[in-house]
Amino acid sequence: MNRKTVIRVRDLVKKFGSFVANDRLSFDVYEGEIFGFLGANGAGKTTAIRILTGLLEPTSGEVMVAGFDACRQPEEIKRNIGYMCQKFSLYEDLTIRENIMLYGGIYGLDRKTIKERTERLLDKLRFREYGDRLISALPLGLKQKLAFSVAVFHEPRIVFLDEPTGGVDPLTRRQFWEMIYETASAGITVFVTTHYMDEAEYCDRISIMSDGRIVALDTPSELKRKYDAGSVEDVFVKIARPGMKYSQETADINGLG
Amino acid sequence: MRTIIFLIKKEFLQIFRDKFIGKAIFGIPIVQMLILVPAITFEIKSARLCIIDNDMTAESRGLISKLEGSPFFSIVQATSSGKEANDLLYGNKTDLVLHIPQEFGRDLGLGKSAKVMASVNAINAMTAQLSWAYLSGVIRDYNIDIIVSANPAAAAMMASPSITYRYWYNEMLNYKHYMLPGILVILVMAIGFILAGLNMVREKEIGTIEQINVTPVKKYQFVTAKMVPFLVIGLIDLAIGLGIGKLLFDIPFEGSLFLLFLCSAFFLVAALGMALFLSTMSGTQQQFMFMAFFFMIIFILMSGIFTPLESMPVWAQKIDLLNPVAYLMRIYRMIMLKGSAYADIERDIFALVAIAVVFTALAINRYRKTA
Repeated sequence: MNRKTVIRVRDLVKKFGSFVANDRLSFDVYEGEIFGFLGANGAGKTTAIRILTGLLEPTSGEVMVAGFDACRQPEEIKRNIGYMCQKFSLYEDLTIRENIMLYGGIYGLDRKTIKERTERLLDKLRFREYGDRLISALPLGLKQKLAFSVAVFHEPRIVFLDEPTGGVDPLTRRQFWEMIYETASAGITVFVTTHYMDEAEYCDRISIMSDGRIVALDTPSELKRKYDAGSVEDVFVKIARPGMKYSQETADINGLG
Repeated sequence: MRTIIFLIKKEFLQIFRDKFIGKAIFGIPIVQMLILVPAITFEIKSARLCIIDNDMTAESRGLISKLEGSPFFSIVQATSSGKEANDLLYGNKTDLVLHIPQEFGRDLGLGKSAKVMASVNAINAMTAQLSWAYLSGVIRDYNIDIIVSANPAAAAMMASPSITYRYWYNEMLNYKHYMLPGILVILVMAIGFILAGLNMVREKEIGTIEQINVTPVKKYQFVTAKMVPFLVIGLIDLAIGLGIGKLLFDIPFEGSLFLLFLCSAFFLVAALGMALFLSTMSGTQQQFMFMAFFFMIIFILMSGIFTPLESMPVWAQKIDLLNPVAYLMRIYRMIMLKGSAYADIERDIFALVAIAVVFTALAINRYRKTA
């Protein structure tokens, strides 16, 4: 593969006191792909994503995102990425339009561009009647779609999605993944964490984390072949039992040990 | 700059979207002024006085009638029993007891110095001191009366070092004029201090700050945007307060209105800088409120609103060098009552600017976009 690397991580370690949340993570993410970041609860996914987005400082290791060093240039990284955190964090006491105006403004778009894109977005999401409603009044599915739309509103190079479909109904999840595909086809790299294994199948490549380490990383079809599993879910159950250190055997299979 | 405007707009939208807060930030100061200005006064209109007259002479009755004539005292009881008087004092039925002993009239007649004894209920040191001062004033008057009537020639001698009082800057010693500037200061501070700090901590609590922290917003931009709305609101509250003071309490205003607002703006930046600095150290709104309450009490009680700064111990005066409320208290009274100009309050203004710069810098520095 000769694709351009947009995220390059080598030996990333993050400790909280004596607890090792991220243990020597190394991986690359290529431009325009949908990269799935899987793992059980507490495996260290959110810690990693917060380091990649410049919200958390790594303890050691090399982290390059969009060509910038996460330790020394976190603010440069922030200019080039979008982020949708696990917890809904747009302003609930503002309307959809007001939230978009705020974030568009923060990323330096001019008012005219913001207005035009907002109208296009409202039409696309069939949100028009909600445009001037407070976010707090929206159902969860709409909120999540909106949070995603705001995260890519300024057309970043990479968008990070931390469990974007948690608690959302299946129909909305499907629509959500359509939005993700559309984003990726527009050239924006998508870095997404999820619990839903069917969603993992939609990714170009996935990594599976367990106890702070990456225990598998490949395309979904390749992983299924390696582990002789019918689905990514089976792969996951085989190698990522929460609370259990992965065996040397699995590490050997993946050439990561 | 553009980013700051987007952020400030967002803050204003949020403040006024909360229907209660949106009204309260202008309503509370009005209520505060209407209640506090007339309520907080040191004047004592009628201290309750009990007199033990063991003398029962024309002289003792002369003194009593002098006291009866004073507007400061209402005589609750005249008795000859010391025990009865003490019971009244214990039972909080009287504020003062004046004991006129048996030899009072005799001693005066002999031209000796006569003695009286006053017992004052000093549970409240302030009223005790004041009523004692009033009482000794009446006795002094009585003394002069006696000397003059006994020996008119002495009057001329007595009169030579006569003192005439003139209270500058507050001729009538009107406590409203003294208190109103102080209450204005508190009103200007309290709302912004609490709301700005809570606002910041709330973003942490509900997680919206995470979405901000992942954007390229500069730290100073975010902190400035948290300050500006409360700076504006504080100045509007000041204008409302001054309006009420002028219309309802006829407060004198000798100095420059512009200077007053300029100093208030510096002060507000200092206070808001402190509040935001505290908020960067708080994880929850409770933590912030606890600290804010603690500091506000110290700031207000040590500001000189009730007690003169000069009467505080030296170490306390040193602490007050960091108290923005103390500076503004002095500035307001100087500008409003005395008509002081910039040159008179230059040092106070510099101090306020210094506090404002230091704490705003600390707040910006302590606010972390990357943990």
